[in-house]
Amino acid sequence: MEFLVASAIGLLTAAGLYLTLRLRTFPVIVGISLLTYAVNVFLFASGRLVVGAPPILIDGTTAYTDPLPQALVLTAIVISFGMTAVVVMIALGAYLGGTDDRVDDPATTPTENPKAEDRA
Amino acid sequence: MMHLIILPVILPAMVAPFIVLAARYHITIQRVFSLVGVLAQIAVALGLAIQAADGTITLYQLGDWAAPFGIVLVADRLSTMMVLLTAVLALFVLLYAIGSKWDERGRHFHALYQFQLMGIMGAFLTGDIFNLFVFFEVLLIASYGLMIHAGGNARLRAGTQYVLFNLIGSTLFLFALGAIYAETGTLNMADLAQRVAMIDVGETVGIRVAAVLLLLVFAIKAAIVPLHFWLPSSYAEAPAPVAALFAIMTKVGAYSIIRVYTLIFPPQLEAMTGLHGTWLPVAALVSVTVGMVGVLATRRLDRLVAFSVIGSMGMVMIAVSLFTPLGMTAALYYIVHSTLSAAALFLIVDLVRASRANLDLTPQPPVAGAALTAGLFFAGAIAMVGLPPLSGFVGKLLILDATWDSPWRVWAWALILGSSLIAIVGFSRAGSVVFWKATSTPVPGDEHPAQHADAPSALSYVAVAGLLALLVLHTVLAGPITAYTGAIAQQLFAPDPYISKVLDTPGKLSEPVKGEY
Repeated sequence: MEFLVASAIGLLTAAGLYLTLRLRTFPVIVGISLLTYAVNVFLFASGRLVVGAPPILIDGTTAYTDPLPQALVLTAIVISFGMTAVVVMIALGAYLGGTDDRVDDPATTPTENPKAEDRA
Repeated sequence: MMHLIILPVILPAMVAPFIVLAARYHITIQRVFSLVGVLAQIAVALGLAIQAADGTITLYQLGDWAAPFGIVLVADRLSTMMVLLTAVLALFVLLYAIGSKWDERGRHFHALYQFQLMGIMGAFLTGDIFNLFVFFEVLLIASYGLMIHAGGNARLRAGTQYVLFNLIGSTLFLFALGAIYAETGTLNMADLAQRVAMIDVGETVGIRVAAVLLLLVFAIKAAIVPLHFWLPSSYAEAPAPVAALFAIMTKVGAYSIIRVYTLIFPPQLEAMTGLHGTWLPVAALVSVTVGMVGVLATRRLDRLVAFSVIGSMGMVMIAVSLFTPLGMTAALYYIVHSTLSAAALFLIVDLVRASRANLDLTPQPPVAGAALTAGLFFAGAIAMVGLPPLSGFVGKLLILDATWDSPWRVWAWALILGSSLIAIVGFSRAGSVVFWKATSTPVPGDEHPAQHADAPSALSYVAVAGLLALLVLHTVLAGPITAYTGAIAQQLFAPDPYISKVLDTPGKLSEPVKGEY
């Protein structure tokens, strides 16, 4: 069980990191999504892995699972979901307005003219 | 006034939705409410600062839950100073945004501005490290919206980089928090401070990894080399008032480093050997150098200011990385100076942009209102590079003085003084090319040369002059201010009152009544 969870986190992180280092926005966004999945599982495991126990502490109960990481994971999922949506929208805007969807600066920075864009 | 401490968070959280829902199509009403909100914010921040000035630590338990279980807000000297600084900066930046009509060039500027303030204030006040993450996300998601305010290809592209970089930062933050929770079983800062100190030296692998991961996260926020790559493009392409407000965002990173690495992972902890003394000073020294060399190397005025922000963050981190009361005193003085001068410079660059075809450092037709703008740029540049008589000089003097006892003394003195010289050359070259070498030939490719002729509004100048006046005040009152930052440093290096205040204040959970869960 521990081995399964640990290797799942490791695999997701490795794949996520590899994709994050790509040059185009789509693989990078997919990579960041994988990283957030990895971190969600990691947070979940940070309260120790307990199977088949309720997440509440009542007098007399000895087996229980830590409820806090579950709350943390919920927060993390919501935030990463929203952030991914935002980055998809901004990246799409940048792609449709520009010529390509690379994440790095253009090799020869042409003189941007913000005033011209503002007028447009 | 026990609820005063939550007001800096609640106030913008109420004003922002009101602006979105009720004043969506009325820019005047939006401006009035945004201004009133920020003015009220300053009043609250002043109240908090006065409350904390004598060393009182105020605690606010959300929902009245006791400390390690519930989330707490804590207002000590450091938090309240940063809150006050943010509120004052927000007022002048907002005045500029209104005066230069930046807020009309896209929608929801004022609402996002208030949400941004909410995130920053929350990050300064919270006493729970997961709550710090949540407030980071609040301020980040508002900053994503502000960053691409008014649109444009270059801005969207820089915005994509900015968002992606910060998403990676947030993921790292969560990894660090997961590791901390797995090692200690708590996320309350005061509780963490006690539990981390209790971990056996032989079993510190996990917590050391967490400490380094967390440092990386804060270093991304504070734009310390080599994690600064997001800053130049983002700050240069962001709308000017937004870039000026972002001047406080790098300080959120610096604040987090100061708070976490004096309270939770203090330098005297055996498990933390090498982290504070070896890695942080080197990164800071390289930051100063890279920032100031960037000032000289760049060929655009907005990027020049962005690089000077990296340099001044390096200065702050050199002083912080000493982890001595003297160093912290200097660092906090310099944080205030660096925030105000960076914000002023970003706004001045926008004054130049308003009447030039572009911000390239090439001779172009003279800018409208050149004499006044040039004078302001001169003053801002003097402050930023640290020449007398403005506060940059006092700040650098304090930092040089504080590094005297450090093993990095030779490096620190050589790099601080050398990079200052480089920055002086960079700023003088930029100033003389932009303001002195004006030609009458229009720039090729600029179709509307006549449109640049209108001078910026008076309110814009008032905002910039206000920031510079604050810098003058910061210089004149250097004595009392350093005395106060010294008191802050004293409080930081004696964290026991903070810890006992947070953990010993009774709340709902401390005395469980039978049968009540």
